[in-house]
Amino acid sequence: MSVKTFHKGGIHPPEEKLTADSPLRELQVPEELSLPLSQCIGAPSKAVVKAGDIVVRGQMIAEAGGFVSAPIHSPVNGTVKKIEGVRNPQGLWQEAIILVPDAENPLADESTPRTKEEIEALSPQDIIKLVNLNGIVGLGGATFPTHVKLSIPEGKYADYILINGAECEPYLTCDDLLMQTEPEKILIGASLIMKATGAKRCIVGIEINKREAIKKMKDAASKFQSIEVQPLKKKYPQGSEKQLIYALTGRTVPAGCLPVDCHCVVDNVATAFAIYEAIYLQKPLMERIVTVTGKDLSGRGNFKVLNGTSLSFLLLNAGGLPENTGKVIAGGPMMGRAVSFPDSPATKGLSGLVVMPLSQSERKESEPCIRCSACVMACPMGLEPYLFMQQAERNYWEDMKGHGVLNCIECGCCSYSCPASRPLLDWIRYGKNMLRKMK
Amino acid sequence: MIPITILVLGVIGIVAAVLLFLAAKKFHVYENPVIGQVEELLPGANCGGCGFSGCHAFAVECANATSLEGLYCTSLPKGGMLKVAEIVGLAPSEAQKKVAVVKCGANCETRRQVNIYDGVSSCAIEASLYQGESNCVYGCLGNGDCVKACPFDAMQIDPVNRLAHVDFDKCTGCGKCVEACPRNLCELVAWPKDRALVWVVCSNKDKGAVVTKECGLGCIGCSKCRKVCPTQSPAITSFLAYIDQNTCISCGNCIEACPRHCIFSSSPIEKKEEESVTETTSEKL
Repeated sequence: MSVKTFHKGGIHPPEEKLTADSPLRELQVPEELSLPLSQCIGAPSKAVVKAGDIVVRGQMIAEAGGFVSAPIHSPVNGTVKKIEGVRNPQGLWQEAIILVPDAENPLADESTPRTKEEIEALSPQDIIKLVNLNGIVGLGGATFPTHVKLSIPEGKYADYILINGAECEPYLTCDDLLMQTEPEKILIGASLIMKATGAKRCIVGIEINKREAIKKMKDAASKFQSIEVQPLKKKYPQGSEKQLIYALTGRTVPAGCLPVDCHCVVDNVATAFAIYEAIYLQKPLMERIVTVTGKDLSGRGNFKVLNGTSLSFLLLNAGGLPENTGKVIAGGPMMGRAVSFPDSPATKGLSGLVVMPLSQSERKESEPCIRCSACVMACPMGLEPYLFMQQAERNYWEDMKGHGVLNCIECGCCSYSCPASRPLLDWIRYGKNMLRKMK
Repeated sequence: MIPITILVLGVIGIVAAVLLFLAAKKFHVYENPVIGQVEELLPGANCGGCGFSGCHAFAVECANATSLEGLYCTSLPKGGMLKVAEIVGLAPSEAQKKVAVVKCGANCETRRQVNIYDGVSSCAIEASLYQGESNCVYGCLGNGDCVKACPFDAMQIDPVNRLAHVDFDKCTGCGKCVEACPRNLCELVAWPKDRALVWVVCSNKDKGAVVTKECGLGCIGCSKCRKVCPTQSPAITSFLAYIDQNTCISCGNCIEACPRHCIFSSSPIEKKEEESVTETTSEKL
């Protein structure tokens, strides 16, 4: 079995895939759902319902607010209580639609699967339109609207579809579980992406710590022509677009360019699965698998979570917060962000909730740089993080730009590898923000 | 040996000196001596409060100007601009002194800490990450970006309640803190010469019910201050009062009336016009 990976930098954090063997658990429907209007990168969606309206499961309740935007659908049968500001996991205010699910059969669904003939008759444009209408966004965490990725700009073409099953983040197992349970549906989704973009080949990249998933996906892929499964070495940040493209195809995305510039389209396994559900079952994106995990969390596992469920409800169902909790992280421990407001809702981009004990979550005191170049060796983009931090502290924005700070993918390898515990990524992000503002 | 060395070095020295003298004559650039004289008076902090890139640029502008109107160094001590005017031989310009006020006054007792931030000690970074240590997303974060930005040492973070304070004697109104604060809590206001400065120490735009949960001091937009004000100076927008400094007479009625105690004054206001207070209340009745 040949194993591939990317060449520059990268780190090997402890895996901690504590929930790898946990089956998918369904949750009770919560008493109230709040669906933020801003759930993807790009323009926030516009609500098309008002307080008092009765909605059914799968009904569009907010339309896309622009081209780079996605609609939002009601995950339950119920009533719109109101539209008001709620806090996001970082405690900042955002508009949201508050739904009260019906007492009886809140999840009853009347949509019918499309027939084979109907699906075969779909043109690439139809598929892209359906992906847009069903509110599908990148489920790896970045929540970039998928229809934008699938719309290949004029004059460019795609020859590879890369399906991202790397799941290089420690702790998270939601993609692993999906690949183990629904391998065929993921691949059907992948072939729909191939049809939409006109690509001829598809590679699924999976890290070798997910042996069961690789086996199941390989079995399923044998039934598809032109789809292959490629095991990848275990290394963070393998799931990042540019790193995955290099690992799977050997191509390098030039600085400031998109994957389509080297003829690749990258999508997460969960996104491919969502596309399958949207096109075959006519079921829009309104629920996803979320890993709720932590060393001391008694009921940790993988949950099927309705869009808009509050995080505290999720944590309660996973056994409640242990007493030694220091931080709850939304997303994986590397890319995720700390939750400061646990009553905030789960959105489309939430892949996991990681409960960290206090002993592990506290930051160590930052010490002076010893020029060991650990951060330079770890950076998968070949940048110099130590230099960026010094430039950012002195507000040398243009110099940061000159040294390529805009190529930073914010993976956090530099901060992780720094023996002096310097907050490198915080300053880099700050510098990038300032440069964005200056534009 | 030694005399020869001295001789050679001496000759080289004399030749070099002559060359330097000739070069200095040939490449001499004339600069108006007035510029240097003006620049000597200026504080040299390059704060930019005058609207120019630094003290030198301001001095050049003064020396070349035909009138000093609009040219004013906010950082000069009293009478400083008179001296500048004397040097350049023009009539001095008048400008209202401005000071910065911090529009958050909630200490850790009124605004409860709900989480611990252990990241980089910078307000700009903390604000870009999340709500901050309290539930109020508008309030002072207390990491002192304004203190670092202030060239005149006029800002301090209170070590006990971690709240920014302005020393009005030192503040020159240059506006560096206004740029530095990621939550836009600093604002330049006209400094009244003969009365106390009165301003609202809150920037929370949430509805009253939400504010009361977040902060014990936050403005709820009840407009009681407006009702008791003889000049109608406080205006309420987005559930937040804002006092218009042009019309405020510093009577102190609003400070007494505010149920949230979120109106501060730069010095204690003594109640002398007892009658006018009763007048306004009787009018209401």
